[in-house]
Amino acid sequence: MIPRPRPERFRLRRTMMFMNAQRPGLIKDAYIYGVDSIMLDLEDAVAENQKDAARFSLYHALKHIDYGDTEVIVRINGLDTPHWQEDVRVCVAGGADGVRIAKCESADDVRRIEEHVLAAEKEFGVEEGRTLLMAALESPKGILNAREICQASERMLGVAISGGDFRKSMHVRTERSGIEINTARSLMLLAAREAGIQCFDTVFTSLDDEEGFRAEVELDHAMGFDGKSLINPRQIAYVHKTFAPTEKEIATAELYVRSYEEQSKRGVGVYTVNGKMVDIPFIEDAQRVIALAKACGVYHGDL
Amino acid sequence: MKNAVGREIPDKLLTGGKEVYQGKFHMDGKAYHKAGPVVRRAEKPQESKVLGSIREACEKCGAHDGMTVSFHHAFRNGDYVTSMVMKVLVEEMGLKDLTVATTSLGSAQDLLADYIEEGKIIGVQSSGVRGRIGEVISAGKLKTPAIIRSHGGRPRAIETGELSIDITFIAASSADDYGNASGTGGKNNCGTLGYAVADSRYANHVVVVTDTLVPFPNMPAAISSIDVDCVVVVDAIGDPKKIGTKEARVTEDPRNLMMAENCARIMAATPYFKDGFSFQTGVGGPSLAVNRYLEDYMRERGIVMGFALGGMGGNICDLMDKGLVRKLLDTQDFDTKAIEHLAAHPDKHLEISTSEYANPANKGAYVNKLDFVVLAALEIDTDFNVNVLTGSDGVLRGAPGGHPDTAAGSKCCIIVTPLVRGRMATVCKKVVTVTTPGDCVDVLVTDYGIAVNPARGDLIECLDAAGIVHTTIEALQEKAYSLVGEPDELEWEDSVIAILEARDGTILDVVRKIKPVEL
Amino acid sequence: MQIETMAMAGTLESSDVQVTVEPGTAGIELRLESSVMNQYGRAIQKTVLDTLKRLGVSSARVQVVDQGALDCTIRARVECAVFRSAGISDKNIPWGGVVQ
Repeated sequence: MIPRPRPERFRLRRTMMFMNAQRPGLIKDAYIYGVDSIMLDLEDAVAENQKDAARFSLYHALKHIDYGDTEVIVRINGLDTPHWQEDVRVCVAGGADGVRIAKCESADDVRRIEEHVLAAEKEFGVEEGRTLLMAALESPKGILNAREICQASERMLGVAISGGDFRKSMHVRTERSGIEINTARSLMLLAAREAGIQCFDTVFTSLDDEEGFRAEVELDHAMGFDGKSLINPRQIAYVHKTFAPTEKEIATAELYVRSYEEQSKRGVGVYTVNGKMVDIPFIEDAQRVIALAKACGVYHGDL
Repeated sequence: MKNAVGREIPDKLLTGGKEVYQGKFHMDGKAYHKAGPVVRRAEKPQESKVLGSIREACEKCGAHDGMTVSFHHAFRNGDYVTSMVMKVLVEEMGLKDLTVATTSLGSAQDLLADYIEEGKIIGVQSSGVRGRIGEVISAGKLKTPAIIRSHGGRPRAIETGELSIDITFIAASSADDYGNASGTGGKNNCGTLGYAVADSRYANHVVVVTDTLVPFPNMPAAISSIDVDCVVVVDAIGDPKKIGTKEARVTEDPRNLMMAENCARIMAATPYFKDGFSFQTGVGGPSLAVNRYLEDYMRERGIVMGFALGGMGGNICDLMDKGLVRKLLDTQDFDTKAIEHLAAHPDKHLEISTSEYANPANKGAYVNKLDFVVLAALEIDTDFNVNVLTGSDGVLRGAPGGHPDTAAGSKCCIIVTPLVRGRMATVCKKVVTVTTPGDCVDVLVTDYGIAVNPARGDLIECLDAAGIVHTTIEALQEKAYSLVGEPDELEWEDSVIAILEARDGTILDVVRKIKPVEL
Repeated sequence: MQIETMAMAGTLESSDVQVTVEPGTAGIELRLESSVMNQYGRAIQKTVLDTLKRLGVSSARVQVVDQGALDCTIRARVECAVFRSAGISDKNIPWGGVVQ
């Protein structure tokens, strides 16, 4: 049995890769590709009459496979199905790091899952509060309730938009520009940043459209997402590359942090670096860039 | 007697000067007389060598019980000629005690498994055995042990006279009525005929089998009419679409791509990666995929590959078309793109024989000039010995091909394989059969990490300098066993079903009959 | 647990194992096929029998068709087949109890 450390609510989650929890060949070593989080799927990938088998498979995978530093999150079936309660039990019993709530539409949905998670933690002797939550927003209602959803629980690590269902509910198809979904992305991002949790974009499903994928990853990064859901390991490298700070960004951040350390020793509040006025928010952002660079493995300085 | 890779070779096999393997290059510098075929003169002018049927050709060439016949496998799984000819010999002519010496055997020749079971075929010499033939040989149905030789070992055995061929049947995509034969210019093209060249020069009788008769002279010809006794025209010699078998398919599997990318990184980290470097890939998915990643590194450094060697696929042809490869030295075409490319670029995409390619007993095969080779493995053990012949269950299902030749000749031999396949640990304590000795293998790339042969301290330094993380092969083996559990030792009977010759002709290993586990 | 009806779990895909259980009369009657029989036949047999014992199944006809599944997959498929046979595979599974 492989004991997993207590999950961190805030950690690097540039990439979350979906894996069918029912397919032993897939889940046995999904971590080798260097993905930040694995999303073992009990929902859409699993046929209705195999939900039970998928749970047994998931339980043993969680207990016996050494996923190392890779985060393991489980996507459970929606609240409108007969499956989600047992899904929650197996996630908690197996020691999953987090549960992704499918088709989440309100803070009440989050709290309902949270109650069951807590009950399961008690039932299986798991440390209370250990299991994290994230919500997938898949409908106009979910998007418009993003604020209350993001603030619904101390367990919430982030929210993600689920493009397939969202587009269906909006009567639109995938557009190259993202015009059909960008408002929803923005609303969700605002809500997540307000609540201080992370925010993830939906999957890009046309595996052969490399150019389209890259454009979307760049858009996600520019909009301020923390990461993206993926369907294939081939997509990981480009996301990690795009989300890592550039050498120039790192150098600037270093300069800000160092100058701040010097200035604050002398008791100065606001000052200029290379002719640019610098204050506390700049420094916080610079510190975030350094932390991200470290997490991405691209920082080689001594801060 | 125990050989240099620790394998026990039965003394009864060590007759007639046969030795056990004593390390790479053990035979270097030894002199020998080349064998020569029995040649029947054709002094009186004859207008055509075309005969009416395969049977007629067999009769003209004196087909008899107990003879050895040979074929090439350029059509791989699409080959028709081997089965077509064997059917005539066995079913129409009623011959028996035959030995089949082909360049390789696969599922296209499944019919031969029946003849083995019936005792009509009593000997098999091949670079590999897959499909039903592998199963029947493994079950002990072949009267004498199969002899497995590498692509370089085969012309070595032919030229030294160890393998004497009575009749060779050469499937040729086009031929003229005198026997000038080629793998292109016909209705079913296979590309290079490099496998068949030694047979055409050393077999006592040479029969060209074609489905496209063209006017004399069919030039340039891979097989020269001066070596050909007769020509037979049939409806179809093979199906080129079936050449690209699953062993030779380019992969989209992310695991394979990740490993391929690491191979390219490693290559680019060595001093051999400079303008004019030379390269070969094996036919496994991940090794073929290395080509696509090499391109980036070559452009970045502004260098061009001097030559690519061995089997050719569309992707290496693409690299040439982009101006990134100067010459292709081609022994086998893996897809229609490569076949067409060979015909279209006679100035730089060149056919070579397997003797030129890899024969360790000539005056210097091209593998000796190879910088890099990237190869697959069924198993590799902690001594870096590789098995590409037997499955982990002890059954014959693979082919050394050019594996041992290129590993021995090249400056940097990279083995690329997933750590486990299903429940089989690819990286293991002891391979079932040694087909390529560990002293020829330099780097192992798996999906769980990279290991360098400790004998190659220079390469370890290169990887460290490039920041490429690597571990020990023992650590990889332990990881493999931690995933799948430690396998039980296979149980064997005494009888030897196959002899694995090292490329120099010594005995590297033997395969015994497996004793299946019964619960 | 009692094997009530015939039930099956798993597939014939590579790395998976298909397990079928049926009511039996003479203890555990196990029929095992595996693509890795020569190396892991005994280990697979042990895993299957241990899992059945843990579930308290003392009488059943069990057919296992293995395509190189890892131990954790074998346990999952055996358990699922047994729970399905008893009609209780959908909820209140004793995770960490007899299922472990």
